[in-house]
Amino acid sequence: MSHPRPRRTGLLLAVAALALASCSLTAESDGPSAPATSGEAAGGPVVLVTHESFALPKKLIRAFEAATGYTHEVRANGDAGTLTNKLVLTQGSPTGDVAFGVDNTFASRALDADVFDPADVALPPGAEAYALPEGGDRLLPIDSGSVCVNIDTTWFRSHHVTPPATLADLTEPAYRDLFVTPGAPTSSPGMAFLLTTIAAEGDSWPDYWSALMANGTRITSGWSDAYFVDFTQGGGDGTRPIVLSYDSSPAFTVKNGRSTTKALLDTCFQQVEYAGVLAGAANPAGARAFLDFLLSPEVQAALPESMYVFPVRDGVELPADWARFAKRPTSPYSLDPAEVDAHRDEWLTTWQDVTTR
Amino acid sequence: MRSRAEGARLLTLLGLAALPLVVLGVFFVLPVSGMLARGLWPDGSLDLAGVVEVFGRPRVHRVLWFTLWSAGLGTLLSVLLGLPVAHLLYRRRFPGRGALRAALLVPFVLPTVVVGVAFRRLLATGGPLGGLGLDGSAAAIVAALVFFNVAVVVRAVGSTWESLDPRPAEAAAALGASPRQVLWTVTLPALRPAVVSAASVVFLFCATAFGVVLTLGGLRYSTVETEIYLLTTNLLDLQAAAALALLQLVVVVALLLVTQRLRRTADPAREHRVGHAPQLGRRDLPAVLVSLVPLALVVVPLAGLVVGSVRVEGEWSLAAYRALTRPTAVLPATVQDALVTSLRTAVDATWMSLLLGLLVAAVVTRRSRSRAERRTRALLDGLFMLPLGVSAVMVGFGFLITLDRPPLDLRDSPLLVPIAQALVALPLVVRTLAPALGGIDDRQRQAAASLGAPPWRVALTVDLPVVWRPLLAAAGFAFAVSLGEFGATSFLVREDHPTLPVVIYRLLGRPGDLNAEMALAASVVLAATTAVVMLAVERLRVRSLGAW
Repeated sequence: MSHPRPRRTGLLLAVAALALASCSLTAESDGPSAPATSGEAAGGPVVLVTHESFALPKKLIRAFEAATGYTHEVRANGDAGTLTNKLVLTQGSPTGDVAFGVDNTFASRALDADVFDPADVALPPGAEAYALPEGGDRLLPIDSGSVCVNIDTTWFRSHHVTPPATLADLTEPAYRDLFVTPGAPTSSPGMAFLLTTIAAEGDSWPDYWSALMANGTRITSGWSDAYFVDFTQGGGDGTRPIVLSYDSSPAFTVKNGRSTTKALLDTCFQQVEYAGVLAGAANPAGARAFLDFLLSPEVQAALPESMYVFPVRDGVELPADWARFAKRPTSPYSLDPAEVDAHRDEWLTTWQDVTTR
Repeated sequence: MRSRAEGARLLTLLGLAALPLVVLGVFFVLPVSGMLARGLWPDGSLDLAGVVEVFGRPRVHRVLWFTLWSAGLGTLLSVLLGLPVAHLLYRRRFPGRGALRAALLVPFVLPTVVVGVAFRRLLATGGPLGGLGLDGSAAAIVAALVFFNVAVVVRAVGSTWESLDPRPAEAAAALGASPRQVLWTVTLPALRPAVVSAASVVFLFCATAFGVVLTLGGLRYSTVETEIYLLTTNLLDLQAAAALALLQLVVVVALLLVTQRLRRTADPAREHRVGHAPQLGRRDLPAVLVSLVPLALVVVPLAGLVVGSVRVEGEWSLAAYRALTRPTAVLPATVQDALVTSLRTAVDATWMSLLLGLLVAAVVTRRSRSRAERRTRALLDGLFMLPLGVSAVMVGFGFLITLDRPPLDLRDSPLLVPIAQALVALPLVVRTLAPALGGIDDRQRQAAASLGAPPWRVALTVDLPVVWRPLLAAAGFAFAVSLGEFGATSFLVREDHPTLPVVIYRLLGRPGDLNAEMALAASVVLAATTAVVMLAVERLRVRSLGAW
């Protein structure tokens, strides 16, 4: 009773089966994890554990491999917090040899958990200024950048409003419903801004946040939707000309030789990212070689365009737009990493209470 | 004599279930137990007082309540809006039907960060729908949950509806039943197992949704899942995270117990045949009108996405697409490379979940001869739903701490990503296959066997014809689940070969000339690829069918 099946069915099935067979399971066969052991003195893989913002030009990585004989592998995901917690959880059985991306708000958690071994790598000129007060022998500064309130200068000009300059200004009625910031629990820059307010206002910081909320501050979950949705210079139909971003952001909004945005340099919190040799690393020598590489003039010069951060090494030339438009704060706010670690939980709980009231 | 035969049946059952059980054990039970152990035994001794303290927190009560009602409402709306769409897309013929079926599955693969930006650009004060005042509201969250999940209902129910014998309905109509009576007394009861299956999966997806809740709720709303994420990745409060994960387990088990009762097949002896789908006609008007709501819900944000990718500084431009093909310092790979990686992983995840899914579905749907056997099957059925209901963050972190030494030194294996994705897709696959397999009259198999057909022949001639369509529907699901990013896999992605969602996250991470537009363009590429693959599967499934 059934219709004769068209012959094309078989053909289609065969094609599908072939397609399946040709690419399944082979996904990584050309990956660098293929054994590359030749009889060289130094060799084997050196595995970097990092966050998902890590990026370096391929050319530099190849130069590192050629110079040292190591092969470079990366395990990257999450943000600085995810990375740190991953390192703490895998303490003693690390997923790599060297870690990059633990920042000054998470450093003491990693140090307390004995995640890192002494690195025994000399810092280049200038880097000393960013070294940790404690544990500087284990975590080496690699880059820095500041989280600052940014404003759309074109908006303030066309609306004939005097732009804000300080944290206190943001609570003024003139700036009602104009500010958007990512939230502290879900965003690293959001957390940095909470720390800014704590460093600036001391114990009365919850009052400052109440005033911010009363003035129509909008909180988003991530930096992306604060900047790309709500900010007036984010490319969408945003309506808020004040946004929490980075000191380097104005270098990315350049039109006709002028930046349309500006970082308010009195509202900044400095973030420093560190790297170190993981305790229990299979290849500690390779890890040290990689730290040297991260601090080399070539990598330091590539940091701005690869990872949007400033080098810690002195005498490194910045890209032209950065040199012109990415103004850095002279005295950014900061907090002792140990204090941050001790109070993070309590501060976040209070912040959530204040902002959802 | 009898108990021996029973024992043999139980053994066969467990033999079939062995492979899926091992995979589930190693890649789900072990990692989650590892994380629970860290949280519940902080210093080597069980600390239950701490867990009880967590349950007592007012914040936890609030979070649990929001999770339950938002997921419940999201599920209810997905079902109510999905059923008429399933009717139109699987019981009626009209031009563009295949394209619509494919388009509905697209939200499934979009990274939530992109959906967040696409939804919020529509809803925010300055956006086209800003006047509705939905930005940052619970309504926006529920709308997004429906956006993601309506395809599950449409696809899972639709593929069953399609192969439903139309004759009982025709007979009822011939005997004078009104279309509404036919729907209530004949069609819906027959569809009930499929509807309940789909609804339970959707509920778990909604209850563990996390990116959309945070993005669209503007941090005002928290679910159990977002709390676990915060506690694990930020605060490292493993005890509270473990307590909440236990809560999730309780919710899943309760849900499974309820649905198990509701899902009992109405009439196992019902026949399956694919009727000739009639043309869309005037009597379908109500269904068409209702369907416009979910279709708009899916199509409008997608259109926003496409428009956003070709608007650069207020002008129409393909600059973002051109930029995607060039490697830069910031992009870890070109969009072509990332797409190939995504597709390869998806192929692996698909065949893995189909293999496991077929085994599980076969095990859970065979008719039981004893109570013990029925219990065992029900238990197995529920067990494979767990990966949907338990926090992906727990699984992801669990991989790191439990699969780190021989004989299970697997955390760096390239197969970990497809396996993790296959486990997430598995419940969808099982839920799509089980209603069809469960509807097969066992007497057909017995008849075939008594006529001398070996077991493989029985499967080929009795089971395969019925399962063929749902199997392709399930393959589409698995493929889509893998192409989109799902929690646990984002903890495992290897940087050397980033997938397309990783590239998209990277682009949305910082300001840049074209970063937002490029991220939207990459999402459009991902969406278009998915749609093309789904269309190809649809073609395959139409051609391959004779009349059965």
